[in-house]
Amino acid sequence: MHHKNPTVEWLGLTFNLSNVLMLSVTALIVFLIAISATRRLSLKPTGMQNFMEWLMDFVKGIIKSNMDWKTGGRFHVLGITVLMFIFVANMLGLPFSIIVNGELWWKSPTADPTITMTLAVMVVVLTHFYAIKMKGLSEYGKDYLRPLPFLFPLKIIEEFANTLTLGLRLYGNIYAGEVLLGLLAGLGSAGIAGFAGALIPTMAWQGFSIFVGTIQAFIFCMLTMVYMAHKVNSDH
Amino acid sequence: MFLDYLVLGATDAHETEFLNTGDILVTLVIFSILMLLLKKFAWGPLMGVMKQREDLIASEIEAAENSRLESHKLLEEQRSLLKEARTEAQGIVENAKKQGDVQREEIITAARAEANRLKESAVREIETEKDRAIAAVREEVVSLSVLAASKVLGKQISEEDNRALIEETIAKAGDVG
Repeated sequence: MHHKNPTVEWLGLTFNLSNVLMLSVTALIVFLIAISATRRLSLKPTGMQNFMEWLMDFVKGIIKSNMDWKTGGRFHVLGITVLMFIFVANMLGLPFSIIVNGELWWKSPTADPTITMTLAVMVVVLTHFYAIKMKGLSEYGKDYLRPLPFLFPLKIIEEFANTLTLGLRLYGNIYAGEVLLGLLAGLGSAGIAGFAGALIPTMAWQGFSIFVGTIQAFIFCMLTMVYMAHKVNSDH
Repeated sequence: MFLDYLVLGATDAHETEFLNTGDILVTLVIFSILMLLLKKFAWGPLMGVMKQREDLIASEIEAAENSRLESHKLLEEQRSLLKEARTEAQGIVENAKKQGDVQREEIITAARAEANRLKESAVREIETEKDRAIAAVREEVVSLSVLAASKVLGKQISEEDNRALIEETIAKAGDVG
């Protein structure tokens, strides 16, 4: 049951082809959902357009609960894309995983720490970028000395802690879910008794994983906006 | 061996280095491309439609408010017009009544005067007719008396004497009568 990763070296970079595949699949699914939902736009929304508008209002609510809409409006697209991308990524590993020649190909892309940490670092870098862009470099620098100068080391640690927890929380939740699903699937394929024993727990755990995946996507989006507001708002 | 799964990065600990630099790049590129595509093809148009609807609703509300005010104004106008018309109609009716009264009085007065005039002229005519008739009767009587007297006397007396005599007689008779 132990499996390897299909890695390839190219231009001195190491690619995990499974990750590349799953990221592409995730992006494709998100794109298809979004495009099919917004194919026929009308002032009187129907079907999928209603759902997409609900999603937009949902993300808008998340942003509004953290900052002024005038400053937060520009993060709307980022928020929706993060939410849908991570949600779809979390769901992909639930129905099955595919292992070819001992190499794991189909899984949740968010069950890989490299990917979740990349997303987390991207979000934190964006918060710094927008803080400098909107408040100016000196104001951004002074924020490290607020509320009290001697807290400066803690402020530095906070940045790294934020990044680390943002990435690893998502990874841990999804990876743990997939590990347990893998164990239950192994038990289910062991025999008649094993299948009977694994059926109920597998279904329960898949249901719970759907819940966890949804919650984690929401938390990632929410924390993105919290960190963004923390950096961008001038008074806190 | 199940415990292997619970170790961080256990799946790729064996044969690759921990950091998959290519994966990082791929993640960033795919996510950025996805975000740009979605912004261009999905979120942008959707936001546009939502904004459009917002504007539409706002303008509709404004239009409804305006038309409500306008209809209120028109209603007031109509009400005042109706009131005006009613008072005007009342005035006209009153005027007509008054005028009718006046006209009736006039007609009655004129009729009365006409009747009086007719009656008086009739009386006057009667009077003259009576006088003329009396005069005629007198003349007849005179000539009859002359004839009778001449027959009785059997003699011709002069016309002048005769007449004077008769006139005297008649005057006497008139006095007696």
